[in-house]
Amino acid sequence: MLEAKPGKDLMLILARELATNASTPMFIADAEGTLVFYNEPAERILGRPFAAAGEINASEWEDMFKVETLDGQPMPLDQMPSGIAFLERRAASGPVRIKSLDGRTHTLETTAFPLFKRGQDFVGVVVLFWE
Amino acid sequence: MRITIWGCRGSLATPGPGTLKFGGNTSCVTAELSDGTLIVFDAGTGIRNLGVHLAASGPHEIHLCLSHFHLDHVEGIGFFAPIFDPRTTLHIWGPPSTERSLEERTSLYLSPPVFPLALSEIPAQMEFHDVPEDSWRIGCGRIFATEVSHPGTTLGYRLSENGSVFAYLPDHEPAVGIPLESLSPDWMSGFAIAAGATALVHDAQYSEDEYPTKVGWGHSSVADAVAFASRTTVEQLLLFHHDPLHDDSQLDALQERALELWKGYGRPPALAREGMTFEL
Repeated sequence: MLEAKPGKDLMLILARELATNASTPMFIADAEGTLVFYNEPAERILGRPFAAAGEINASEWEDMFKVETLDGQPMPLDQMPSGIAFLERRAASGPVRIKSLDGRTHTLETTAFPLFKRGQDFVGVVVLFWE
Repeated sequence: MRITIWGCRGSLATPGPGTLKFGGNTSCVTAELSDGTLIVFDAGTGIRNLGVHLAASGPHEIHLCLSHFHLDHVEGIGFFAPIFDPRTTLHIWGPPSTERSLEERTSLYLSPPVFPLALSEIPAQMEFHDVPEDSWRIGCGRIFATEVSHPGTTLGYRLSENGSVFAYLPDHEPAVGIPLESLSPDWMSGFAIAAGATALVHDAQYSEDEYPTKVGWGHSSVADAVAFASRTTVEQLLLFHHDPLHDDSQLDALQERALELWKGYGRPPALAREGMTFEL
């Protein structure tokens, strides 16, 4: 086995280590928009343990977790803090409502920021939630 | 390729009667390829003895791959005899930085008042290369480097030649605050360096009792080093970066513990010691 197998980028690994040890709900998406990890506090918001869900690609998780404005209107991706961080590569904050897989609705403050490695290469997004 | 350990002590050189068996010099390992290319991993104090050896026999073109700039990995470079020979071309490979060039970071040590000479006064040709993101060729070998978990930007290296792979992770904590067994291999730092390697030099600075008070320091327990080698299906694990507080008898005990933890994949783990040499 001469060629190196690709592993997760170190920035994502370090972000997961932070999230695993944090009491703040956090999720992490990679540069393709795949939801690669969320921590135990986020499981309550998203309605399913990460161990059961595993990695979720972008189109799936947009369908799974309904994100709305505070007045109940669907929130377009480019207005979500996570979408802004992903699409515009900048930090963003704001209130959202999320309907989780267990049917409950959560009103949350959300902060999202992009991760860049050396050479300013974009590797993903970290999203934090405050209830 | 032939691998030789010139220094395997971590953090601080530790000479004295208590370290004669495993050695007290800090990190330096060489890989000599079948075409004679010499690749040196790190320039700890072990590189001084290598320099004495090379002064007699050459070669004059040498590749030095730095994992990072902590002092125990660079402090020997000013005492490496080939840099005082104008026939030498020393290629220094190291981690990129957005703030300072590799040459500027090397100069932080190779300049007064820390060192008597400035880099510009070194007779050898010194050529500095940020490691590329993709693998590259050195002589008849192919080498790959990527960042791994350790404070400050730190690289692991993966060198392949003729079907053999040598992996070098001298300072490494593959998972911080997460049990290794809970992670899939691709979520472990260093996986891309070590996966399926013929031989892996890996940090094992601490005993299992010591590690809990050192989490986040960027080093591994013997247990995590053995588990990491098993999860990455390495054939031969060499435990490295011995703690300066561990004398030979304590290292013998860590060797025994590594053998207890080993689950039988590949060859039994061994502690690196100065002067150890083997073919891959």
